[in-house]
Amino acid sequence: MPKIKHDFCWVTQPQRVSHPTKITTNDVYLYIIKGKLIPMEFIDYYKILGIDKNASAEDIKKAYRKLARKMHPDLNPTDKEAHQKFQQINEANEVLSDEAKRKKYDQYGKDWQHADQFEQQRQQQSRSRYSGAQFEGDDDSDFSSFFESMFGSSERRNKTKFRGQDYNAELKLNLTDALTTHQQTLTVNGKNIRITIPAGIENGQIIKLKGYGAPGVNGGPAGDLFITFVLAPHPRFKRLGNDLYTTATIDLFTALLGGENTIDTLDGKVKLKVNPETQSGTKIRLKGKGFPVYKKEGENGDLYVTYEVKLPVSLTAEQKDLFIQLSKLK
Amino acid sequence: MQTEDMIATDEFCINHNIEIDFINSLNNSGLIEMTVVEEKSFVPASQLHHLEKMVRLYYEMDINVEGIETITYLLQRMNTMQQQIVQLSNRLALHEDE
Repeated sequence: MPKIKHDFCWVTQPQRVSHPTKITTNDVYLYIIKGKLIPMEFIDYYKILGIDKNASAEDIKKAYRKLARKMHPDLNPTDKEAHQKFQQINEANEVLSDEAKRKKYDQYGKDWQHADQFEQQRQQQSRSRYSGAQFEGDDDSDFSSFFESMFGSSERRNKTKFRGQDYNAELKLNLTDALTTHQQTLTVNGKNIRITIPAGIENGQIIKLKGYGAPGVNGGPAGDLFITFVLAPHPRFKRLGNDLYTTATIDLFTALLGGENTIDTLDGKVKLKVNPETQSGTKIRLKGKGFPVYKKEGENGDLYVTYEVKLPVSLTAEQKDLFIQLSKLK
Repeated sequence: MQTEDMIATDEFCINHNIEIDFINSLNNSGLIEMTVVEEKSFVPASQLHHLEKMVRLYYEMDINVEGIETITYLLQRMNTMQQQIVQLSNRLALHEDE
């Protein structure tokens, strides 16, 4: 018999059992399933729906609908917390709206003293009806362990087909990764998905992969996978839509007298002519040297270069004299 | 010639155990676009996801067609605003170091 500490528990020797063994403390159910000790907290379905224990079927329906209107994933597409709450609400409704399940829940769910008795009964039932196999698949996240322990996975038969939950994921890319159309392999829930990322994808842009979300319930279709692209900032280039912005430094003499300056673009170096008397902050546009336009092959935005004039430092005595002479010519 | 996958509304109703009147009222309010071919009505497969969502709103949450219309409009607005937020934060990033 395993040793049990009140609020946390361990086994002296891991037990390997073919069917779940239940240990009861005052406030949690503890199951050993395949050698693992799994605590299951009692879930108050009445509290979840905000109703009292004498609520009528109509009250339950009303309470469920009211909460579902707030938390349904259809109305909160990107809110994970709402998804989790909706799962609880759905589970509570699944139990309380079904007369037989509610009776069973009322009889044993709240009364921990009768849990052993309930367990014996449940195991007898499971042997005769399900050959003790109902605990095998306890990795379905649609229902809590408490629900599974009480009603078993084979009993959750909804009349309605549910579309699977949508998944949201983030994919981080460098700015330069988004310059070309390329493929990447993602692993979502153990499945490898090869996706094509078109050139010019924007920071924050979301693409939908149909059917790559959670599997549907009762034969419903699978949900979708939404991938949000997060583009890391580039140290030299800033992007706004399809245009790129950068700063180039020129020395005072090139700024005053004009000349040539070589700058980096995302696809190589470009030699630019600098006009005489170029002011600091002058902006020039290089047409077609910006970012590729999303899903428009061969089209590019523009590159804007802002000149920053760097003043000379550590002047020699001769240079200082010449600048003094220049200043007197004003 | 362009072709489009269509779903027969009567089959959809049988599969989802719903009344055809509901689909008709969605069509009347402009929430879906129904096509009639040889007296049989169809919905484009591209609208299936949207249609299933409206079925859930109506049958599971007891929201009437007017409510669905309002929700659809507000969700569209929310989506547009989220896109604007992304665009604005991208624009803001351009000036952050200045």
